[in-house]
Amino acid sequence: MIKQPDQSTQDPATRPGARPVLPVLSVANLSKSFGGAKALNNVSFDVMSGEVHGLLGKNGSGKSTLVKILAGFHAPDEGGTLHFNGEQVQLPLKAGEGRRLGMAFVHQNLGLVPSLTVLENLRLAELTKDGKAFISWSAEKAAARQALTRFGLEIDPAERVDRLTPVQRALLAIVRAFEEIEAARAITGKPGLVLLDEPTPFLPASGVAQLFELVRSITALGSSVIFISHDIDEVMEITDRITVLRDGEQSGELARADATHEKIVEMIVGRSISRQPSRKPVAASFPVYARFEALSDKMLQPSDLHVGKGEILGLTGLIGSGYEEVPYLAFGARSGASGTITIEDGAPFAQSMLNPAAAIERGFALLPGDRHGESGVDSLSIVDNMFLPDIGRFFKNGFMRNRAMVREARELGAEYEVRPNDPGLKLSALSGGNAQKVLIARWMNRSPLLLLLDEPTQGVDVGTRQQIFAALRKAASEGMSIICASSEAEQLAEICDRVLVFARGRICDEITGERLTKEGISEACYVSAGPAPNMTSTPRVA
Amino acid sequence: MTDTVKSTSPTKPSVNYARQFERVALLLVWALTIVLFSFLIPNNFLNWGNFSIMFASYAPAALLALAIIIPLTAGDYDLSVGATLTLSASTIGVLNVWQQMPIGWVLVIVLLMGLGVGLFHSLFIIYFRVPSLVVTLGSTSLMSGIVQWITNSSTIGGIDNSLIMAAVGYRLFGIPYAFYYALGAALIMWYIFDFMPLGRRLLFVGRGREVARLNGISVNKVRVGALCMSAVLASAAGILYAGVLGSADPYSGLNYLLPAFAAAFLGATTIQPGRFNPWGTIVAVYFLATGITGLSMLGIPLWVTNVFNGGALILAVTISQITRGREASDIG
Repeated sequence: MIKQPDQSTQDPATRPGARPVLPVLSVANLSKSFGGAKALNNVSFDVMSGEVHGLLGKNGSGKSTLVKILAGFHAPDEGGTLHFNGEQVQLPLKAGEGRRLGMAFVHQNLGLVPSLTVLENLRLAELTKDGKAFISWSAEKAAARQALTRFGLEIDPAERVDRLTPVQRALLAIVRAFEEIEAARAITGKPGLVLLDEPTPFLPASGVAQLFELVRSITALGSSVIFISHDIDEVMEITDRITVLRDGEQSGELARADATHEKIVEMIVGRSISRQPSRKPVAASFPVYARFEALSDKMLQPSDLHVGKGEILGLTGLIGSGYEEVPYLAFGARSGASGTITIEDGAPFAQSMLNPAAAIERGFALLPGDRHGESGVDSLSIVDNMFLPDIGRFFKNGFMRNRAMVREARELGAEYEVRPNDPGLKLSALSGGNAQKVLIARWMNRSPLLLLLDEPTQGVDVGTRQQIFAALRKAASEGMSIICASSEAEQLAEICDRVLVFARGRICDEITGERLTKEGISEACYVSAGPAPNMTSTPRVA
Repeated sequence: MTDTVKSTSPTKPSVNYARQFERVALLLVWALTIVLFSFLIPNNFLNWGNFSIMFASYAPAALLALAIIIPLTAGDYDLSVGATLTLSASTIGVLNVWQQMPIGWVLVIVLLMGLGVGLFHSLFIIYFRVPSLVVTLGSTSLMSGIVQWITNSSTIGGIDNSLIMAAVGYRLFGIPYAFYYALGAALIMWYIFDFMPLGRRLLFVGRGREVARLNGISVNKVRVGALCMSAVLASAAGILYAGVLGSADPYSGLNYLLPAFAAAFLGATTIQPGRFNPWGTIVAVYFLATGITGLSMLGIPLWVTNVFNGGALILAVTISQITRGREASDIG
């Protein structure tokens, strides 16, 4: 079902022979401020019945804020309205409201329970409903089969979800969301809406095709789909209309017929009339410190890269492009990887020989992106977290010098402006930014030769961000080599000497010199993700 | 970590009194219990003889509770310590009494056997990645069966007198040596937990396995070590048990398991609240022992003992959790 681009503006009642079409979802003047900053500013758009509506934008463009408002996580600022099938819905959305109206979400993590069966996942809402005295498994199984066959999915309902392929899992989650809106439709008699939030980055091309087929069969039944993705080609293929957000504002709405790759990139990235001159007009040259050859794992195709001594190397790309793997591979933190590493003039060694302990021994340091799960332990004190890799240093004459440790932690805390600077507090007592300072101080204090960072400023306030950048620059100027993986172009433009852009598991661009600006990096990310010369033979997941 | 208290004073003038109170709350409750029983049983309860017997007879339980907190700190459960204690005590009976093996050799063999039990657990828990709860529950049954087989389900009396003397014969301040062995173990564990890098590593492995690994700690080695130490200490508890009883009882050791777990968790609410700690464990063991001794002197039926153990555990951990408010639990 392909809509005409002008349909939203035309009064449906005046079109002879056409069914009167109300937008399924209509949002108007949605804004959201966090503190003083506007994350979303006066966004309005309609999603028509049977339409696939694309939502595009960089990280921080307000996309996820919008999704969270629709899901009822955030309350928007005063003045915004939301209509669903013509009915005004009160904001913020109450829990369960979305389900009642017929709105379902498929987030990137899919929300499936891996250890349960397809049937249990598919019928989760039904099986756990209140006031149900008895589960008829045969009826449930029949319902599940029916749902699966309706969309041509050949999955055994008794199979465990963790044994499905990634594609099957994504399809299952979408089928479940669709079943949900169908259940609501049976009551309200009105079409529903499925929101797909980045469902494709980890799928191979054939899986994407299958997913699109599923989306089409959903819209053929009159329901609508909001499709969020970074991949412009996918968006152009599946959507009828596209809304683009930039810096919290609506930078435009396009009908598919009018959309070209270039136009969309321009709307996403935005072109400032006067390009900021780059911080470093000429690419500085650094003596090579570490060279990685044929570095690869599940997400990353064999790639060669190097980092210079005293250089800050940025790695970026769209989600799922493999750049975020590099810091972990360079630290030996993931198994199932391969490649060779050469440090300065040393003998090359296999990546598989490396493990975190050996990496630390070599003077590497890794600050993972998952602060709570991989970087620090919230329930333990700041001082313990700060000196975790150097506990041995404080063991003298048979005793831990606990007091010296606390003293040094307080000094280091003062240097990195940790607030409150009380080393005895648990890490959980600190704000995200301050906790990150503690963890950065942990590694910086060791003066590593190679510092590996993954999203070092995620969830960190602007002031702290500047402090962290300053610390990184200072360390680099003193000869530390830094590799920083980040999805934020602005951050990379600010601190990096050189940025590598990844797409589909490969390095596809190297940005230095004048192009090293926020716009230049963003553009490279989207251009790189453009049509690959022979896309079918480029598996995205090896 | 003892230093955290001291360290807060210079920068933070406001001392959290609720937290300070929490550290000593169980000690106060223990004192109150003693006072209460002294009034209820005016003549017999509050005398040194009574207490010295209690200190000695609960020493094996104290060692067992100390054994448990090592893997608990590293994030693994060892439910098999009761069975390990019984296996150890029974082996002493069989080798020393029936096989006439000199007691010195027997003790070495028993401790090595404990190490074997720990390695056996490690093989399944760390190498095959079976959950520790399952492995140690299984090995409890396994060892209990072996004990029945080697002892023909009978109590073996007549264990070498030197062991009995070493446990309950010699006294210091009127308290049999058995108690001091438990204190010694607590002292060594305190040293390891608080004054050696190993203690910090143990803690990080338990609280954040991935964090520990990415900071270069060999998580598997630490876990194997914790499981082995737990089993060896449980064997030592078995030696002490055989010495205190003077015989090897193939059944009663298992009864120690739940009180020992109760003491471990109860102990984590005191001294260093929120952390399994050796001194808190010792306090908890003897608090429970005091309650049970008092109750039994009052002539209260046996079932009350179990109610007391379980009730004290749930109550203490609940109160501790309430005082921490919405802060996440440190335990489990």
